Amino acid sequence: MDKRVANVQAACEGIESNMTLMLGGFGLCGIPENCIAELVKKNVNGLTCISNNAGVDDFGLGLLLQKKQIKKMISSYVGENDEFERQMLSGELEVDLIPQGSLATRCYMGGAGIPAFFTPAGYGTEVGEGKEVRWFDGKPHLLEAALTADFAIVKAWKGDHFGNLIFKGTARNFNPMMAMAGKITIAEVEELVEPGELDPNFIHTPGVFVQRIFQGEKYEKRIEQRTVRTRQS
Amino acid sequence: MLSKDQIAQRIAKELQQNWYVNLGIGIPTLIANHVPKGIDVIFQSENGILGMGPFPFEGEEDADLINAGKQTITAMPGAVIFDSATSFAMIRGQHINLTVLGAMEVSDSGDIANWKIPGRMVKGMGGAMDLVASAENIIVAMMHTNKRGQSKLLKQCSLPLTGVKCVKKIVTNMAVLDVTPQGFKLIERAPGVSVEDIQNATEGRLIVEEEIPEMIF
Repeated sequence: MDKRVANVQAACEGIESNMTLMLGGFGLCGIPENCIAELVKKNVNGLTCISNNAGVDDFGLGLLLQKKQIKKMISSYVGENDEFERQMLSGELEVDLIPQGSLATRCYMGGAGIPAFFTPAGYGTEVGEGKEVRWFDGKPHLLEAALTADFAIVKAWKGDHFGNLIFKGTARNFNPMMAMAGKITIAEVEELVEPGELDPNFIHTPGVFVQRIFQGEKYEKRIEQRTVRTRQS
Repeated sequence: MLSKDQIAQRIAKELQQNWYVNLGIGIPTLIANHVPKGIDVIFQSENGILGMGPFPFEGEEDADLINAGKQTITAMPGAVIFDSATSFAMIRGQHINLTVLGAMEVSDSGDIANWKIPGRMVKGMGGAMDLVASAENIIVAMMHTNKRGQSKLLKQCSLPLTGVKCVKKIVTNMAVLDVTPQGFKLIERAPGVSVEDIQNATEGRLIVEEEIPEMIF
């Protein structure tokens, strides 16, 4: 078995305008930088993007927003992006805001064959409007449906030919669930290794969820909020 | 009146041994600086870490290690990293002992509004709705009044809600209050603040029983 593709172009083959994509990452941490750059080049548009955040003006999904390639964003928090705000307020961009835990679990369910689940998050708020309510243990819950995508695009630290993935630090975030929920899942990794090199006990995403894998290039790994403390002398 | 840092310091006194704690952005973040000596707590950040440590030393920032505010952080010895679904399983499943978050408004029945102001850019609720809907123990850290001097402790929230009947305790720059079925119950006053000051700054139902002690730091 070998899921390696030659490069980012081959990895993104078949992604067309008006498709639904999932993109891993939290803020700019653990985002598939190579594939985002390729989507900009491919000039596909009308995309529905499921991603916790929408990048910043000049990085991450902000690059696709600048070229108006995104029709709809499904996210939990979208604060850091002027172009996003402009397009949202002018009505060019449709935005569906979802509680973060519901978003994560809806992606997981999309990959796990669970069509919907009940959660208390959002009950009594505008998130709950029009949704079925059921009471369990004396508490109201909303019915939330699973999410899937034509392509899920994730970024891992290490991966092998079988598509097994290991993430580093909090760059894991949404990547494992989204990897499960794509009809086709593309994994870009910092280091592509031979099968057997990854300890099976420490693989985060089993390769069964991944269809294409390649080693990305020139990771910028931009830091959104650089916070430090000074050394006491 | 308390400073924001003193609000954090007062809330830190609520921490108990071996608690897992989720701190929101703003005043709650400052609580980590005031954990009482001898109390071990583990901080969760909902993007996927238990055992969040302080900011890194300059030059040691790691783009792959951030908190839910997208700030660079460190991991304490014994820390663990996980995905977002697992993170919210901890929250939804009530494995986290305490959630502290900021608010724009709280009602005297414990409703909270902290994610959206109509007519202004909506950034999203992030994990706040999941946190308030599931946490057993929620403390709100906020100023008692808004920038126009209006009470943030109301009979009913005017802003879109984040969650209903969920807030248990509020610590403001003026007071510590519990949310009870009868309304806000005044527990402590900030140094130099009178019960009357608090009554004047509280729009919701306020219960004052007997002598209200001043906070001790």
